[in-house]
Amino acid sequence: MGGNMLDRKTLTHLERLEAESIHILREVVAEAEKPVMLYSVGKDSAVMLHLARKAFYPSPPPFPLLHVDTTWKFKAMYELRDRMARESGMELLVYQNPEARERGINPFDHGPLHTDMWKTEGLKQALNIHGFDAAFGGARRDEEKSRAKERIFSFRTASHGWDPKNQRPELWNLYNAKKNKGESIRVFPISNWTELDIWQYIQLNDVPIVPLYFAAERPTVERDGMLLMVDDERFPLKAGEEPVMRSIRFRTLGCYPLTGAVESAATTLSEVIQETLLTTTSERQGRAIDKDAGGAGMEKKKQEGYF
Amino acid sequence: MSDIVAEEPVYRTDALIAEDIDRYLEVHQHKTMLRFITCGSVDDGKSTLIGRLLYDSKMIFEDQLAALEADSKRVGTQGQEIDFALLVDGLAAEREQGITIDVAYRFFSTEKRKFIVADTPGHEQYTRNMVTGASTADLAVILIDARKGVLTQTRRHSYLAHLIGIRNIVLAVNKMDLVGYDQAVFEGIVKDYTEFATSIGIRDFTAIPISGFKGDNITGLSANTPWYAGPALMAHLETVEVDQISDQDKPFRMAVQWVNRPNLDFRGFSGQVATGTIKVGDAVRVLPSGKTSTVTRIVTLDGDLQQAIAGQSVTLCFADEVDCSRGDVIAAADNPPQAADQFEATIVWMADEEMLPGRPYWLKIGTQTVTATIQQPKYQVNVNTMEHLAAKTLELNAIGVANLATDRQIVFEPYADNRTLGGFILIDKLTNATVAAGMLHFSLRRAQNVHWQATDVTREFHAGLKNQKPAVLWFTGLSGAGKSTIANLVEKKLARMNRHTFLLDGDNVRHGLNKDLGFTDADRVENIRRVGEVARLMTDAGLIVITAFISPFRAEREMVRQMMQPGEFIEIHIDTPLAEAEARDVKGLYKKARSGQLKNFTGIDSPYEAPEDPEIQIDTTAMTPEEAAELIVARIVP
Repeated sequence: MGGNMLDRKTLTHLERLEAESIHILREVVAEAEKPVMLYSVGKDSAVMLHLARKAFYPSPPPFPLLHVDTTWKFKAMYELRDRMARESGMELLVYQNPEARERGINPFDHGPLHTDMWKTEGLKQALNIHGFDAAFGGARRDEEKSRAKERIFSFRTASHGWDPKNQRPELWNLYNAKKNKGESIRVFPISNWTELDIWQYIQLNDVPIVPLYFAAERPTVERDGMLLMVDDERFPLKAGEEPVMRSIRFRTLGCYPLTGAVESAATTLSEVIQETLLTTTSERQGRAIDKDAGGAGMEKKKQEGYF
Repeated sequence: MSDIVAEEPVYRTDALIAEDIDRYLEVHQHKTMLRFITCGSVDDGKSTLIGRLLYDSKMIFEDQLAALEADSKRVGTQGQEIDFALLVDGLAAEREQGITIDVAYRFFSTEKRKFIVADTPGHEQYTRNMVTGASTADLAVILIDARKGVLTQTRRHSYLAHLIGIRNIVLAVNKMDLVGYDQAVFEGIVKDYTEFATSIGIRDFTAIPISGFKGDNITGLSANTPWYAGPALMAHLETVEVDQISDQDKPFRMAVQWVNRPNLDFRGFSGQVATGTIKVGDAVRVLPSGKTSTVTRIVTLDGDLQQAIAGQSVTLCFADEVDCSRGDVIAAADNPPQAADQFEATIVWMADEEMLPGRPYWLKIGTQTVTATIQQPKYQVNVNTMEHLAAKTLELNAIGVANLATDRQIVFEPYADNRTLGGFILIDKLTNATVAAGMLHFSLRRAQNVHWQATDVTREFHAGLKNQKPAVLWFTGLSGAGKSTIANLVEKKLARMNRHTFLLDGDNVRHGLNKDLGFTDADRVENIRRVGEVARLMTDAGLIVITAFISPFRAEREMVRQMMQPGEFIEIHIDTPLAEAEARDVKGLYKKARSGQLKNFTGIDSPYEAPEDPEIQIDTTAMTPEEAAELIVARIVP
């Protein structure tokens, strides 16, 4: 039967975003040979995982979770990662670049090399070893200028390079997942979500997130204007440096020695959202990664194969 | 600063956020979403307008603002003032050129709506980007520079927006500050535009006088245009009806993406509802099979639904064990769409390499992917004048109307009725690039009336009678490589072994069946297609077909391979280096080609794509034709 005019209902923005993301997740599963979901344990990953569980319910999502580990994530992230893998019924693959491990690459002594070897190289190695031809990532277009132009299905050459000048046009909700041998696709199902959308969705759907997003008393030191949390004994304190307990939380999560905290009293989701909305600096400012190479830092990283 | 009298609609009520965050979130939970595109040429102030919307909706953070101020002074075009365009222009290469070259998506929201803006370039070359951005839009903002009026670009953008089916058009007459907010200027432009819009079938549009730079009539009505009685741009964007609403009035259709089968007790069909609504108990029909059943459950992780509407992604369960898989369409039982395999369509070509009529492309529509061939266009549309022009092919950014045929029936609806079942993309089979977007108009009657005639004497019977297995020995190689010579020897050997053969020679076929074809890429494709069809009929008759054609393109050889029964196509590459073939020059053709008397000659000014994995490879520098023929026969006759 055709619709009845009286029944017409407008979907909310979150309902439309959810439906679009689910559509994308299903298209990839239907067309790719060996998909995987990159799981970073952050709030965007949490929403992406939740959407995957919705897309395939009552089946568990028919692909594994891949965590490209640097060994320097917050302890609380490892805990939530293992819990979510159990609850979702998905296989969890953890990959640590053996060369980085061998050379003892760490954020304190090696600067940008740390991200490069553990994350960028680690990701390429993990994808090659398992032969994944499609990898879901939780990037959003509103995060950063060069992301605004990336496709939802983003192609990578056999060496994982990205060519921003040679992207396939994406029309309607028709995604072209055809690729040649050796090529792979990075798929961003939450491309069209904003930070506020993510928070609201977490609240409405009770999506589990790492407790570090909420304020609590935590041991911290201040360096170069960034508040760092002393998450374990590997944190080398400088002479005279003494961890100070402060009420802090994190707006974004990565390797603990590279992630700046903000002083905060927000202990509930509503308060976190409130603080996010009233804040005056953009989300990624807490991360050191965008500062390399001036305004085009992220674009350059992506051409080299960073997710 | 401009004087803005009317109250500005506040996008982000910071006071409310601070005082009562839960109330604020409650309001924002119920927002709807509007996707729109902005189109204008390079200097119409498009990026400035988007930058302004982001800025006014406080989507710019302090650190971004600081960077913007610094960039504005360094590379901006507005002197010491903030250049909003810089906020919007993304990739490094473009920033240097000062133009936007791709589609970028921006986000902002008000209390009523979340907006996704596709920023599409206004540069002459980029029809492709605008069509891409428009394909997901509910509304188009067409920007006009008040000083310049309706330009060629305006007509082009309006035509494309209308072509892609956007029902809501906003004519934003920008830079009103530079014409002294003159009502007569605005009305003159509206009059010109109305005339044009009517001529191309745009029935309705909303014209708004604005200044993106100064902020007039963007978020609130401006004191500078007291003569203007319509809504401010933002108020209009907040209230216009989105397609997701009107889609619900159409009959139910859902393309099946994935069959959900966690265990033997559950079988669900997952997809996104394209149009209409569906309720538990509704009768549905699965297409193309036509089987019917009843919906028993609408399953989601948050619990079963009683009803689902256009736009939602759901999983449906049926009362009966109906055959249904990816690519099928579930529809209202009493009002199903049709299936067909020949259509008329509008095609927007998006690749550097021109369209080749007759070449097989992948066609993806909904969740169906089939092989399609396109005929020579009936006409091409000049997007500046809307004139119909004769065309043999379509090049990058060209739009034309052509007939196309698919290798099997697809479930479809005219694009005007249903974007999901009427909009398609074409994919190159070798490069996998998306080369075109298309919109189906209608199916051709002949597709419905010509049926396959079942014959009683089967191909197996024909072959059995000849006591052989049919095959196509497809010789490919450069002109002068030795194809005809070796093919001829192979046929003689087979004939001596009492095999029933037939040799189709390139030159000979061009004297008869294909005498209407030349040597352009398009004609070469058609030449091979016809030869392939003839060869297929001959294999049905049980023959061993030997063909000797340069057949330079992999895609066409692959097409012929697909026509044949599995294992019956044997590709034989007669591999002679170009220098060697040219040195032999048996027919004197290389000499002519080198001197320019012969155009499109393979190896000289037309490419030869060597087979990557032929069944048989013959190196003519290492053996005589006799030895080569010997080797081929030994390989095919066990």
